[in-house]
Amino acid sequence: MNEKAITCKGLTKRFGDFVAVDNISFEVNTGEIFGFLGANGAGKTTAMRMLCGLSYPTSGEAAVAGYDVFTKQESIKKNIGYMSQKFSLYENLTVKENIRFYGGIYGLTNGELKEKGEGLINKLGLQGESKKMVGELPLGWKQKLAFSVAIIHQPKIVFLDEPTGGVDPVTRRQFWDLIYEAADSGITVFVTTHYMDEAEYCNRISIMVDGRIDALDTPASLKQRYRAETMDEVFYALARGAKRSAD
Amino acid sequence: MKQFLVFVRKEFYHVFRDRRTLLILFGLPTMQILLFGYALTTEVKNAKIIVVDQAKDAASQQLIAKINASTYFDIDPGEDIEAAFKRGNIRCAVVFPADFENEKRIQIVADASDPNTAKTLTNYLTAIIQPPSAQPYQIIPVTRMLYNPSLNGSMNFVPGVIALVLMIICTTLTSVSIVREKENGTMEILLVSPFNPTYVVLAKAVPYLVLSLLDFILILLLSVFVLDVPIRGSLLLLFAESSLFIISCLSLGLLISSVTQSQQTAMLISMMGMMLPTILFTGFIFPLENMPLPLRIISNFIPSRWYYFIVKAVMLKGLGFWAVWKQTLVLAGMTVTLLTISIKRFKIRLA
Amino acid sequence: MPQQSSDAVILTNITKTYGETTAVKDLSFSVKHGELFGLIGPDGAGKSTIFRILTTLLLADAGVATVDGYDVVKDYREIRKRVGYMPGKFSLYQDLTVEENLHFFATLFGTTVKENYSMIKEIYEQIAPFKTRRAGKLSGGMKQKLALCCALIHRPEVLFLDEPTTGVDAVSRKEFWEMLQRLKQQGITIVVSTPYMDEADLCERIALMQSGSILSIDTPAAIKHAYPDELYAVKSANMHQLLKDIRQYASCYAFGEYLHVSGISENALAGYVKGHTDVIIKKVAPGIEDCFIRLLLKHE
Repeated sequence: MNEKAITCKGLTKRFGDFVAVDNISFEVNTGEIFGFLGANGAGKTTAMRMLCGLSYPTSGEAAVAGYDVFTKQESIKKNIGYMSQKFSLYENLTVKENIRFYGGIYGLTNGELKEKGEGLINKLGLQGESKKMVGELPLGWKQKLAFSVAIIHQPKIVFLDEPTGGVDPVTRRQFWDLIYEAADSGITVFVTTHYMDEAEYCNRISIMVDGRIDALDTPASLKQRYRAETMDEVFYALARGAKRSAD
Repeated sequence: MKQFLVFVRKEFYHVFRDRRTLLILFGLPTMQILLFGYALTTEVKNAKIIVVDQAKDAASQQLIAKINASTYFDIDPGEDIEAAFKRGNIRCAVVFPADFENEKRIQIVADASDPNTAKTLTNYLTAIIQPPSAQPYQIIPVTRMLYNPSLNGSMNFVPGVIALVLMIICTTLTSVSIVREKENGTMEILLVSPFNPTYVVLAKAVPYLVLSLLDFILILLLSVFVLDVPIRGSLLLLFAESSLFIISCLSLGLLISSVTQSQQTAMLISMMGMMLPTILFTGFIFPLENMPLPLRIISNFIPSRWYYFIVKAVMLKGLGFWAVWKQTLVLAGMTVTLLTISIKRFKIRLA
Repeated sequence: MPQQSSDAVILTNITKTYGETTAVKDLSFSVKHGELFGLIGPDGAGKSTIFRILTTLLLADAGVATVDGYDVVKDYREIRKRVGYMPGKFSLYQDLTVEENLHFFATLFGTTVKENYSMIKEIYEQIAPFKTRRAGKLSGGMKQKLALCCALIHRPEVLFLDEPTTGVDAVSRKEFWEMLQRLKQQGITIVVSTPYMDEADLCERIALMQSGSILSIDTPAAIKHAYPDELYAVKSANMHQLLKDIRQYASCYAFGEYLHVSGISENALAGYVKGHTDVIIKKVAPGIEDCFIRLLLKHE
């Protein structure tokens, strides 16, 4: 498959005088794990919203899963999954009810729901908890469950906004196992994180500074280019120069 | 003391920097007063009327001129009474018979599909067409409308609206402002500071007491200059009683804030939860005397009921403290109870 | 009665439950005067509960705690004069300016900005250019600095910082820790919590926490020293496959561009990765995160 999962060219978003996203261009390959990094206020969230079909760009062009962000927002939404640290599941619905609800939204049939739901519960080892309210689960399980639900309809691309914030180190790695598995099954993963070690798990990463993408490459090449030992240093070298103060 | 003042100043910053608060504070009372004063009155103004004058003599012309001059009626030039009624164009019609001069009889027809309006209009008309000079054999009923000779409908509403507006504003603003501190996490810092938690409560209450009194002045000004409602009693007494009522509402707001965690809930409880009981049980829209006993008993626990009585007595009837001391005592009792409970319930810790 | 010789913070058998969930389980530890002490653990470990108990905001169900010699229940008023606290959430008035926030908190704590300016000078100078800006309009990093200034303005004996760097980017995090190091030199006792394991090394002593209990408490060096096995970093061209392959035989976790493997010998490891290309195996010293994972697994 040569088709690109995401392409964007000169993508820009202005709020009044403020240029939140300043003329960014990049491509994400199908099946790739793409790390989308940047300092607070660099414009990550704004860019991600445009790609998810939640807001229109001011100028530029972009296509997600082959669909134009200006004209085909509804098609984009059918073909992506989304999960963030803040958006999770309904706390007062049970594990099963959440799965059924989100599966239903994406148009899974009853048969599919049953099969996928059970598969998902077994994979996460939640057999004993399937009738528990999601609110009662530990954070790590919630996040894993939220991710699995976000890809229950086998989307072409899944957007993950700081999915592992505040999670313990073991669960964090289990979460990345799930990400790898999703990527192996052909889902393109677009992920933001504040953990620099997680940047290393991505195939390629981009680093946003003040609304622009200042660097985009594989972790290894970036480290080489900035003569750094770790991604932490690369990030520091780039983001230190950030001027933007608004969040 | 300095801490207290700084706290109060901070509260004022919050209020004057938040458009939503300002809107509630000054937009709401203005809107309410104008709404109740103009739109929601039982008074009938500019009712369309057809006058059919078959007599066409001096006496009938004189009466028609009187009807025309009244602000209650608007004479419709039409002639066909029945058609006009059917179309709903007119509320009322007056027919002067050809021999009006001799018979001294006229016919009044009113659209009684709205019986209240019909009754009001016929009453107005009867009053207007009374002959100017008394005939020796005629008994002219002289009615005098106590306290409201012009039957100004705004009068009844103004004290009620004052009670309603103060109730809603005081409870909403205080509860929301405290809950906002909880949501922002600033409450944690306030509690961890050496500043006495009781002072936190008081420092929250003082600015809103001041603002509510400003609101009260605004309502009074609107009532006097826009709705022509007079203030007959002592202004000082009125302010003192209002302060008492405001403090009871503030305490209620504090109480709400201690049981809620989000601004929306606080807003909902204080707006919705307070609005309905206040409207129902204050007595300015629905007479309390007509209610079944259980509801009458409930109404006794609504502070605005007592305040409404006081404002009516002082503002409209010009009565002094001797006339309202009982109600004042009840209100004061409620205020002290509410304030004590809310200060006691205000936690010096998070949970 | 306060005694200068005793520790700045002492917890003895503290337990706190919310309904059916136990937030903190029979916890005891102490923090010395002038120490920079870290509570390291994920969300739900009980860090915030400990802070709230120590800052007198919550009552423990069982156990005793003292701060600067004062009991957190009985002497809460004394403690409130002596501690600075930065809660997990951004906790300043968004609609007040930088300056107004600082003055408000200074007055609240019975002091003035002038009186204690030396305390916050270094930090405040970084945000001074924006002093007339509303706090809500500051960037994440600057909000943290302002919050720190407000927590310090009354020269507290003990400073409690609950996850000050969560959600803050790597650059601001680094700056924040540099500020803490300088504060420590002024003699303030600092208790700080963080979910970021890499920040543990910046503390003098740390408690690794999970589910309301302490897994280990010591200096970062001692905790790392106590790691029982040899630790190897491995990498190959196909990392995910490598992870799957090694995991069948040994404890193996991804760490940046390498996998960290423990519990087997170097020779055995070399055998397991035969099918891979571009293999690099090297012995590495364990970090706090390695130790945390190890303790977590042992605990379960």
